[in-house]
Amino acid sequence: MWTYILRRALYSIPILLGVNLITFLLFFMVNTPDDMARIQLGAKHVTQADIHTWKEEKGYNKPLFVNTDQSGSAVLTDTIFYQKSIPLFQLDFGHSDSGRNINKDIAQRMWPSLALAIPSFIIALITNIVFAMWMVMLLGTKLERMSLIFTVALMSISGLFYIIIGQKIVAGMWHWFPVSGYQAGFESWRFVMLPVLIGVVAGLGAGVRWYRSIFLEEINKPYVNTARAKGLSEQQVLFKHVLKNAMIPILTGVVVVIPSLFMGSLIMESFFSIPGLGSYTIDAINSQDFAIVRAMVFLGSILYIVGLLLTDISYTWVDPRVKFK
Amino acid sequence: MTFIWLWTDFLLWVLFALSMFAVVKIRANELLRQKWQKIFAQPLALSAFIVFAFYILIGLSDSIHFRLDNNTTTYSVLDRMLLPALEAEEKTYSTPLNFEQFSKEYLDNGLRGRVHLNLPPAEITNASDNTKNILAISANALFYAVGIFLVFILFLEKFTPINTKNNRSAFVTIFALMFFCTWVALMMPNYHILGTDKAGIDVFYKAVKSIRTGMIFGLLTTLLALPPAIILGLMAGYFKGKTDDVIQYIYTTINAIPGILLIAALVLILQVYMDEHASDYASSLERSDLKLLLLCVILALTSWTGLCRLIRAETLKLSELEFVQAAKVFGVSNIKILFNHLMPNVMHLVLISIVLDFSGLVLIEAVLSYVGVGVDATTMSWGNMINAARLELSTDPVVWWPLASSFIFMFILVLSANLFADRVRQVFDPKGDDNA
Repeated sequence: MWTYILRRALYSIPILLGVNLITFLLFFMVNTPDDMARIQLGAKHVTQADIHTWKEEKGYNKPLFVNTDQSGSAVLTDTIFYQKSIPLFQLDFGHSDSGRNINKDIAQRMWPSLALAIPSFIIALITNIVFAMWMVMLLGTKLERMSLIFTVALMSISGLFYIIIGQKIVAGMWHWFPVSGYQAGFESWRFVMLPVLIGVVAGLGAGVRWYRSIFLEEINKPYVNTARAKGLSEQQVLFKHVLKNAMIPILTGVVVVIPSLFMGSLIMESFFSIPGLGSYTIDAINSQDFAIVRAMVFLGSILYIVGLLLTDISYTWVDPRVKFK
Repeated sequence: MTFIWLWTDFLLWVLFALSMFAVVKIRANELLRQKWQKIFAQPLALSAFIVFAFYILIGLSDSIHFRLDNNTTTYSVLDRMLLPALEAEEKTYSTPLNFEQFSKEYLDNGLRGRVHLNLPPAEITNASDNTKNILAISANALFYAVGIFLVFILFLEKFTPINTKNNRSAFVTIFALMFFCTWVALMMPNYHILGTDKAGIDVFYKAVKSIRTGMIFGLLTTLLALPPAIILGLMAGYFKGKTDDVIQYIYTTINAIPGILLIAALVLILQVYMDEHASDYASSLERSDLKLLLLCVILALTSWTGLCRLIRAETLKLSELEFVQAAKVFGVSNIKILFNHLMPNVMHLVLISIVLDFSGLVLIEAVLSYVGVGVDATTMSWGNMINAARLELSTDPVVWWPLASSFIFMFILVLSANLFADRVRQVFDPKGDDNA
């Protein structure tokens, strides 16, 4: 099993290389370092000398891929690509264009993100599965058909609507929760409750339908008929057999997103002014800080790949039939 | 009068021509025709489709642009239809169907009061007169709508084999749309149907104009994503081996990059690029149009991977089947096998993904605008409307109508698309639940 995991881990290296190459091409080829300097220094009254000093400070004063002035291996290493890529693989994100230490920011902003993302994830998972099971139990009834249409309606409402209306009514008019903001430590639950609630409701339609389709696929399999023929009650069939077997497809969809919870939610965090990684990214996008956006893209990719790896591992854990080939 | 063809106009009409072509093909094919009949046999799906088609019609009418000879502004056909709302210039906010402004200010006679709006008839000066007038116009509209509807029914009975006794919900939907049209047609010269926004622009006009943007997002993106998804998916599944490895590597890598961040990064880069080459565009309309198109390209770049993976898996299964093996033995070329034998058999996946993705893409437009990487600020879109109206909710008294209008217009489009998509998936996906 360990060799299997190791091989999967090795397989992710070329993917990370690819991600790095794509992001590098995006950020450095389309906009040359000169363009970036102009953005950061302000568009007007920038002399060539200013640009030059800025580039030198940030380490952008080298050729992109091949440095013909150097000899030996330095031809490839003394370039922006090499100098900016290697630290990323060591998880050293360096400094943002405005001079902040990105690693320090991430370490600090990770906690509010997690405080929001983990409860949202767990509560949404449970609610979605419970409602989906409930709908499967009602299969074929009028109530089921009504609730199916209801989930379509829920799904058709823009997520922004839930956020804006939730914030306005629950926090603004009823004063159940603070409208926005954050406080570290134990007090954080008061600030996190409303975004969690809204996140769960906003994802309910799509989530319930997804789990429902998984359960329906299971319920048409022969073993369910066998279980029924043995005389098991419908509850026993559903909870003991269908739910257990449905865990495999559920795991594929769920485990892969767990590491990405670190990244936080762009929309939720910025609406509720939670100082997590999501709002960090949005701020970076708005201030066109390419170093931060690049770091976050890379971090997100690593977390996704870790998610894929975890999925593979969890497979072997829930389904002994999976062979390590 | 000179016609002006924007890139998105052109592509939308190409898409329209393609779908007409598909309809002709479907009618010729017995099996497909039966499937589509099964789709429309569900009243809910049929009604949803009618509403959806109505939106498309509006979007298409907004995609023919022209410039009048004595004028420098570019109009679309839709603009001309909504001309009263477009040309009535108010100063600031007014609530839906109101005759005076929302906020009080000092009038010419020195007192504080509400200014009468330009568009509503001047003789209406109090709320009860206003209500009476609105009711009278509505009754008129109902009268016309019933008339048109009866003519329509008689026409169908007389000249087509359609049985008007069945499909009741479809006809209710059609009647509702007819009433909506006549009501708008009669109301618009007299009122701002959904009020006006901060700058005094008619909210109904903005919401209707946004339909085109939403449609372009939903349809064009998928259209652009189809060629790479289909071609690479088929190739990976059919050739297997090295080809498969490379294609799998490409889409896993793209998938690994968080979607919204990749989009944001691409749009940021696009913005910088367009700002620097601002002088290349003939007009701001062309510039914002190009940005819309490029945004669709960006979304397509990030969204083709899902369909590609599905097609690959399906092709892997198909290429083991006898008809493909037989074609190989007979010496049919690889290209012919791919496009004549395999492609028709994965088209149901393509169709399902087009209809399922549509609503998600319309919704994501609003999110992108909020994040600051959406369509151009001059393009009318629900995302821009929501973004602008967000702060108005915290004013007192609350300015709710711009926000509500954009959400409702978006909701109806997405709901009808979702209901229709659901039915399409049920019929075409062999794994789909069959409780219909």
